Amino acid sequence: MGGTNSTNLKLKLKVWRQKNPQSEGHFENYDVDSISSDASFLEMLDVVNNKLIRDGKDPIAFDHDCREGICGSCSMVINGNPHGPQKGTATCQLHMRKFQSGDSITIEPFRAKSFPVIKDLAVDRSAFDRIIASGGYVSVNAGNARDANSIPVPKAKAERAFMSAACIACGACVAACSNSSAMLFVSAKVSHLGLLPQGDPERESRVLKMMRTMEEAGFGNCSNTGACSLACPKEISFENIADLNREFARASAKERA
Amino acid sequence: MAINLDSKTPGGSLEDKWSNYKFDMKLVNPANKRKHTVIVVGTGLAGASASATMGELGYKVKTFCIHESPRRAHSIAAQGGINAAKNYQNDGDSVYRLFYDTVKGGDFRSRESNVYRLAEISPNIIDQCVAQGVPFAREYGGTLANRSFGGAQVSRTFYARGQTGQQLLLGAYQSMMRQVAGGNVELHTRREMLDLVVIDGQARGIVVRNLRTGELETHAADAVILATGGYGNVFYFSTNAKQSNVTASWRAHKKGAAFGNPCFTQIHPTCIPFSGDYQSKLTLMSESLRNDGRCWVPKKEGDTRPPEQIPENERDYYLERIYPSYGNLAPRDVASRQAKYRVDEGLGVGPTKTAVYLDFRDAVARVGQKGIEEKYDNLFAMYAKITGEDPYKSPMRIYPAVHYTMGGLWVDYNLMSTIPGLHVLGEANFSDHGANRLGASALMQGLADGYFVIPYTIGNYIAATKIGHVDTNHDAFKAAKAAAQERIDKLLNIKGKQTADEIHRKLGLVMWEQVGMARNKAGLETAIRDIGKLREEFWNDIRVSGDADNLNPELERAGRVADFLELGELMARDALARDESCGGHFREEFQTSDGEATRDDANFSHVAAWEYTGDPGITGAKNWARHTEPLTFDRVHLATRSYK
Repeated sequence: MGGTNSTNLKLKLKVWRQKNPQSEGHFENYDVDSISSDASFLEMLDVVNNKLIRDGKDPIAFDHDCREGICGSCSMVINGNPHGPQKGTATCQLHMRKFQSGDSITIEPFRAKSFPVIKDLAVDRSAFDRIIASGGYVSVNAGNARDANSIPVPKAKAERAFMSAACIACGACVAACSNSSAMLFVSAKVSHLGLLPQGDPERESRVLKMMRTMEEAGFGNCSNTGACSLACPKEISFENIADLNREFARASAKERA
Repeated sequence: MAINLDSKTPGGSLEDKWSNYKFDMKLVNPANKRKHTVIVVGTGLAGASASATMGELGYKVKTFCIHESPRRAHSIAAQGGINAAKNYQNDGDSVYRLFYDTVKGGDFRSRESNVYRLAEISPNIIDQCVAQGVPFAREYGGTLANRSFGGAQVSRTFYARGQTGQQLLLGAYQSMMRQVAGGNVELHTRREMLDLVVIDGQARGIVVRNLRTGELETHAADAVILATGGYGNVFYFSTNAKQSNVTASWRAHKKGAAFGNPCFTQIHPTCIPFSGDYQSKLTLMSESLRNDGRCWVPKKEGDTRPPEQIPENERDYYLERIYPSYGNLAPRDVASRQAKYRVDEGLGVGPTKTAVYLDFRDAVARVGQKGIEEKYDNLFAMYAKITGEDPYKSPMRIYPAVHYTMGGLWVDYNLMSTIPGLHVLGEANFSDHGANRLGASALMQGLADGYFVIPYTIGNYIAATKIGHVDTNHDAFKAAKAAAQERIDKLLNIKGKQTADEIHRKLGLVMWEQVGMARNKAGLETAIRDIGKLREEFWNDIRVSGDADNLNPELERAGRVADFLELGELMARDALARDESCGGHFREEFQTSDGEATRDDANFSHVAAWEYTGDPGITGAKNWARHTEPLTFDRVHLATRSYK
């Protein structure tokens, strides 16, 4: 399909294998060839797995689903970068044309205390669900909404809210952070709902509850490096974290008063 | 077993039916709701919205999903938008027009009463989602923006760039997580439903496999709701997510739930074409792009010039030529078929000659690249990532791909299947889209079912039905669990040579060739034979690596493929029995001289509901009985669908 079609990439893979959460993991090496440069990174792993199965070995487990960069399932660190070398791209949308024949590729799971490994490259990110459950919503029951156009939202504000709401909760921000902080994830939701009039009534309680749940889940503090935003497949802005800090300080002050 | 296909449509005029129903229905006292457990399987738009709303009402809800987080369900990938009869554009929209467009778009093979209710509820959905903070696109004045979708001549589609499904799902997911925190919804992730438990004729629970530990669990309830999506992955290549599967619906079918119109599948006209053997799925390019993109092929066969160098008078803008009034916004089935005709005529483009152009040159000239970016940026970026080409510079190459299944478990007006207590929502049911779904209507239906229909109808069922006490110690739970275990052991012990993926690809090829965009009697008969052979191959030669007591994606896949191998045959049988062309079901024997579908209203104005009558192993020759629910149209005049 692409103009640079090559079907003969030879690669040396070094992949993290771990049977279950209890066992100790280790790297294994795999030589692969005849990979098309038009294949996606996960399709390359499919090829590796099919061969492993045929050879009577256990295939590499990894989370994936939509393969369109939107469900947030895929969660691997490729040559040290969460989701690999292409900016603004989840692993499933990374294509092999970004690699050269002969390349060595190291593949590991997202690593963070709060994301325990389940098997190989699959990790447990349920801490993110707990953070949302603690306050990442507008408390409105079905049936008591008023006419949608009775809540006007300026276009620019709606755009900013949308840009923050685009987070797919993959966890690359956590994997990229030297402190394994989930601040970008939390800030994206706090900004999304905080920017909109609908989110205003719970503005303070939301940020307090989400930040506390984040802390309880074992995520660290912001490292201020901006690595999270660089790794984010949806390019969620680092500015959200500054906004989050301000929102948290404001809500804490109000709570103390 | 007798199958009861009474639609239970309430009395009164079309406009009054839903109001009458709500007034006449039985209610569950608020204090009693917490005594009733309801199981919800699936957390896409329908499942998450149903869980949230029933939690808000006070039911004890137990929700299950196969993903590690409920937010990853495939509704998240819906791009273009959601329809609602708000008439914010003052362009003549109304509940009746949305109802009419949907019935007509479905080629007059849906139930009038259900579709009218859907259209009636649609404005409430937008209100609800905006109240939740869903960041829909806005105009400068702060009001909501709309765009057009296929099969409609008004702008009634609400959207959040090309990520509408994501934003709507997050709204429903967040509402559900609020109920999880409040203790009203008990969430079970990484659980796959392997069987439905039926006791005294009522759906009373499920067997699930904990995908993380391999443990089989049983859960009992007063009612069960399936919101487990469609079955497009039977074709192997589809725009569905890789985990999307039919297993929950299929196991319910084999326990007595009739399957409605299984052959009604939607082939979406604008997907990124197939490129190589390694490929694992196809990716959709939203229908919304047809607001600004123009479909064309070169007039001359074998024209190998780059598209930019082909002058205007040597291009065939075939949709605009054939359907001047709808143009590029012809409905999906029509647009797909025309793309297929162009490729069949040898006019296809790209290296494999199996694509047509979707060209934005004129739109970029009209509103500038920035204007296009604002509407579709993520779609253009996705196209560029997958193909390595810049669609701002040269046209997209697109081709139809399997996208949605209109068929599904048969449900009545209450959204209840032929098994009392088993309710089916969203794409998993057959109810609202007839033989072809209009764009931006899947999100509408999923949320209508979950937020505004099931909360009422489930109450009516619980209040009006004698439901005895049952727990998981009941023999029926033990038997279902043992059967699930036996099947897992069997899959692991065959130790053959082929992977589930390899057999799935073979099945997909048969389905695409014979049960795809064009079908005929001989081809369908061949498909039935070939699928039977593949099923035999599967159960003799499947190789499932690993074991059953930890995360094992191969074992999961094998179980799903085994079910697709049964469903595929039913789809072919349904297509063979329906001697007409309608919507997405195109039988080559039944067409006009210019290739349009020819319906047979005298003989086929009905829903085909298939009852499973075979043995569990589907080895017998006759595994299904075909029943029909006649479709009566009191309001809509049955007409030949024309978009010209």
